[in-house]
Amino acid sequence: MMNPFTQLDGLVAPLDRANVDTDAIIPKQFLKSIKRSGFGPNAFDEWRYLDVGQPGQDNSQRPLNPDFVLNQPRYQGAQILLTRDNFGCGSSREHAPWALEDFGLRVLIGPSFADIFFNNSFKNGLLPIRLDAAEVDELFLQCEANEGYRLAVDLAAQTVTRPDGKVIHFEVDAFRKECLLNGWDDIGLTLRHEDKIRAFEAQRRAQHPYYFA
Amino acid sequence: MAARTLYEKLWSSHVVHEEADGTALIYIDRHLVHEVTSPQAFEGLKLAGRKPWRVSSIVATADHNTPTDHWERGIEDPVSRQQVETLDANMREIGSLAYFPFRDARQGIVHVIGPENGATLPGMTVVCGDSHTSTHGAFACLAHGIGTSEVEHVMATQCLLQKKSKTLLVRVDGQPGRGVSAKDIVLAIIGKIGTAGGTGYAIEFGGSAIRSLSMEGRMTVCNMAIEAGARAGMIGVDQTTIDYLKGRAFSPKGELWEQAVAYWRTLKSDDDAQFDKVVELDAADIQPQVTWGTSPEMVTTVDGRVPDPATVADPVRREGMERALKYMGLAPNTLITEIAVDQVFIGSCTNSRIEDLREAAAVAKGRKKAANVKRVLVVPGSGLVKRQAEEEGLHEIFMAADFEWREPGCSMCLAMNADRLEPGERCASTSNRNFEGRQGAGGRTHLVSPAMAAAAAVMGHFTDVRQLS
Repeated sequence: MMNPFTQLDGLVAPLDRANVDTDAIIPKQFLKSIKRSGFGPNAFDEWRYLDVGQPGQDNSQRPLNPDFVLNQPRYQGAQILLTRDNFGCGSSREHAPWALEDFGLRVLIGPSFADIFFNNSFKNGLLPIRLDAAEVDELFLQCEANEGYRLAVDLAAQTVTRPDGKVIHFEVDAFRKECLLNGWDDIGLTLRHEDKIRAFEAQRRAQHPYYFA
Repeated sequence: MAARTLYEKLWSSHVVHEEADGTALIYIDRHLVHEVTSPQAFEGLKLAGRKPWRVSSIVATADHNTPTDHWERGIEDPVSRQQVETLDANMREIGSLAYFPFRDARQGIVHVIGPENGATLPGMTVVCGDSHTSTHGAFACLAHGIGTSEVEHVMATQCLLQKKSKTLLVRVDGQPGRGVSAKDIVLAIIGKIGTAGGTGYAIEFGGSAIRSLSMEGRMTVCNMAIEAGARAGMIGVDQTTIDYLKGRAFSPKGELWEQAVAYWRTLKSDDDAQFDKVVELDAADIQPQVTWGTSPEMVTTVDGRVPDPATVADPVRREGMERALKYMGLAPNTLITEIAVDQVFIGSCTNSRIEDLREAAAVAKGRKKAANVKRVLVVPGSGLVKRQAEEEGLHEIFMAADFEWREPGCSMCLAMNADRLEPGERCASTSNRNFEGRQGAGGRTHLVSPAMAAAAAVMGHFTDVRQLS
């Protein structure tokens, strides 16, 4: 069972760079953990802190990079992140959505996301929303110009509502949407088709025995 | 029947069930497992009281965390050791087709050991909790990287939830020039279409230049499909594919081999198959490539210069270039050949196979590491690659050149073990990602071919390998 996502009215933070890779979202030294939780303090570690982070450190004692946008006081508590093209590219590490979710984010809004990251996000109650580049540009401008900028996201209605009342529609696969709205466990859903999987497997084994050595 | 692409053939032969919106359950033939992305999946399985569906689909190894020297000491980093021991315990508990633990003679990088043991076969669906799983597409597999939730899903159900991708044909025709390798071809492709050019697509690589590559070269190309944004890259079956697989440990034998080969020969796109998009390159135009920035698309030719952001109109792109140059410590318009390197890394799932080591050794032979280069690491992709290289005497060539000959593993491609760059150090690397901090916090990575890496090692700066041989 994952956290369901239905709607959110949340503070927005802008991360104005393209091709943010999953190595940047959560650096490799933190991938040695055998747990799913606790990655939030190390989200964007190399950009967020002035020193080099190590697993098991007390992160509250580390020097913060004042130039990194998410360290600015006005963006503390942000639940929605504006991103640029190809966010989440690179490594398939699911530690990236784990870190973002643990950091407090529930929604990402950008013109495009890398495929594996996009998929991983849905499995963790983190909603990536693709909007036209022009819409995203406007959100960046509004967010940077207005302290305390918030957006309202409604997954069931597939809408993002701006403070000025403009409602932006977004697309999402019907199946992913249902799963996220209900917090359904994919494995449980798939196992409803257990008989079909067994039948497929038996037929494949008969037709292509060399794959079942 | 209408003409079909290879991707359509692989897709349709694995669909178990389809939802109304096109989300499908795809049957998985081969599940590759390593220590970094699997522990949470095993734990999830246990917590839910679920059993693995078909353990004979699993081939596992420890590669990301393992040291590449002093194996007699074991794994000294306690956090890394715990992760590897967790994999040991999980594999003991559930079983597998094959498990190559730390220090096993056949241990190695997961994307090297699958093919070399014949565990990757044409027509299979292959998944692994690692984005470079696209490598296996070189064998006409539908192969892609998955997250840890999906690792657990595949273990529990032998299926993956997937939506069909669009198809992109990247056709490279013509004869590559001397000194131009598979790595240069794929970097040139990424330079052309960009790191998001393949997002939403499955890429098929075709054309005479791709056909003329060995399986090692084809794996290098498919490996970096993910760096072009595509989860899957693939190449149709031909005689080269079949010759490579014959006689390997898990390849079918006897009558089953004949039966398999007859099917495998159908695993290529039909002549008049339609792709959603086609990109064409002329191999004769491709020169040795060197990346200058922090994304694989930030690439130029060895005779080129570091680009000038001031010439770029798009502000997001311009700022990205400025940030990259600042991180890389490079000035616009610098000649690539004037950039000196501190370290050289020859290895990774992109370029650590026997052919890669031969190409590097051919350049290193009779030469020495340049004085300004602190260290040259040569890390074979697996124990079997290492043994073969030693049988061919390649290790002696490397050691005579003052290169370090190491034990197999992922090593400085992602620097989870002790092999890493210090802040500000610059590296010529045969790996696949030049992201900030990828090879160590503050490290600066330039992606190149094995021959170009060896050339940088002996000259101390990037050098057109064609001028050396």
